[in-house]
Amino acid sequence: MKNHDIVEKNLPLMLILIVFAISFGGLVELVPQFYLEETTEPVTGLKPLDAIELEGRDVYIREGCHVCHTQMVRPLRAEVERYGHYSVAGESVYDHPFLWGSKRTGPDLARVGQRYSDEWHKAHLFNPRNVVPNSNMPAFPWLYENVLDGKHTAKKMRALRTAGVPYTDEQIAGAQEAVAGVTEMDAIVAYLQQLGTLLTHKR
Amino acid sequence: MSTFWSLWIIGLTVISLLLITWVLFANRKVAVRDDEDPENRTTGHVYDGIEEYDNPLPRWWFKLFVGTLIFTVLYLILFPGLGAFQGVLGWSSVGRLESEQKKAQQNYEAVFGSYAKMPIEELADDAAARKMGMRLFANNCAVCHGSDGGGLFGYPNLTDKDWLYGGTPEAIRTSITNGRAGAMPAWGSILDDENLAAVSEYVLSFSDQNANKALVESGQPVYMQYCAACHGADGSGNMALGAPNLTDSIWLYGGERKEITYSIRAGRANVMPAQKDKIRKEKIHLLTAYVYGLSMDEE
Repeated sequence: MKNHDIVEKNLPLMLILIVFAISFGGLVELVPQFYLEETTEPVTGLKPLDAIELEGRDVYIREGCHVCHTQMVRPLRAEVERYGHYSVAGESVYDHPFLWGSKRTGPDLARVGQRYSDEWHKAHLFNPRNVVPNSNMPAFPWLYENVLDGKHTAKKMRALRTAGVPYTDEQIAGAQEAVAGVTEMDAIVAYLQQLGTLLTHKR
Repeated sequence: MSTFWSLWIIGLTVISLLLITWVLFANRKVAVRDDEDPENRTTGHVYDGIEEYDNPLPRWWFKLFVGTLIFTVLYLILFPGLGAFQGVLGWSSVGRLESEQKKAQQNYEAVFGSYAKMPIEELADDAAARKMGMRLFANNCAVCHGSDGGGLFGYPNLTDKDWLYGGTPEAIRTSITNGRAGAMPAWGSILDDENLAAVSEYVLSFSDQNANKALVESGQPVYMQYCAACHGADGSGNMALGAPNLTDSIWLYGGERKEITYSIRAGRANVMPAQKDKIRKEKIHLLTAYVYGLSMDEE
């Protein structure tokens, strides 16, 4: 009981011991991943999202797409058969934050790029029931009306660059011009159409 | 994984396991010892007259904890977990996936193989092949073409005899494998409203819809100049370009006056995505037979 007394009656010591005890998990499971090649090296051909795709990604986040759609094909046969190649960490190194999600109400979108035509995506986002009669996805008709001005695109790119995304000065300089006047619909479709197109797998 | 990080993970994991084991065994027995009163088994804490016993850990709980420790050690020997050590069983998630895929391939190889040798016309009549084709269709095609293949506004009906790019087995296979890109240019910047109305009226007259005679006449030269190259002078279309037949009552984007005018003014573009990098050849063969069979059912 003597040792217990020392710890229980000495708050700073107790705090230090608690931090010591709970730090093991993070030190073993998280810290190495900051340095491993598998988790830090981009897959071959991975490029940072261009200005329009980046804005499309922000529309995706704003509308909460990631709440019902994952972007993570697990290495299970059923998933690989349905969606394509399983997701690898190197595909997400430029994603801040990543949008893997944790719950599927709709299908996984990690490999949705080039799976449907642009026109299909637009019709589907305008009102999913127009193309998939029994869909329970909400409609997003305002994406057609909202036009982006690109005021903050360069700032977003600069912020991402500090997180390690290799945007060039030219890309940042031209960001506002590239985005201004584009509808949110075109932006989100551009984002969706590039998702997961680097790794292919024949089902 | 570099040796440093491997050793980092192994070292910390082993140290934490040893610490947990030590804490567990160090607290196993009664901690209180009152030398002056050996019978006293309370901790000495008193709150409002309530005293606290210092009982040992319940035996069942202690045994469970020891069980988890043994499980951990066995797990780390059998499965990957300790740094770069792959585990005695050599298990990996990708390895499991590959073995499952191999097993599935062995199971289906014979079926796919024998179907792959059958000509499309024959396959389209095979009930079992159609069942497989139907499932493949539901997974890969139904989102646009409908679960019955009946199509939607902008997405061709596959159950009729009207084909944009041809309904022969080879044409269907090409459409699935390489995809198609339909592009009707927008004429809104070239034709004024008057000409648009006239040419729409002329297009309507192909399908014997109630068309304004005077407008049809003035639309005819416009049609010949701008539209006939793809849709043909008689409006029967051109499968090499995917230009629809305008003389039947089947319309991809609607056959009403205002819909036709809109298509001419704004143009139409839609893409059938190529499946060659997504679906294996044997499955495309089955899908071709299924789609071919859909159009044959009407008879």
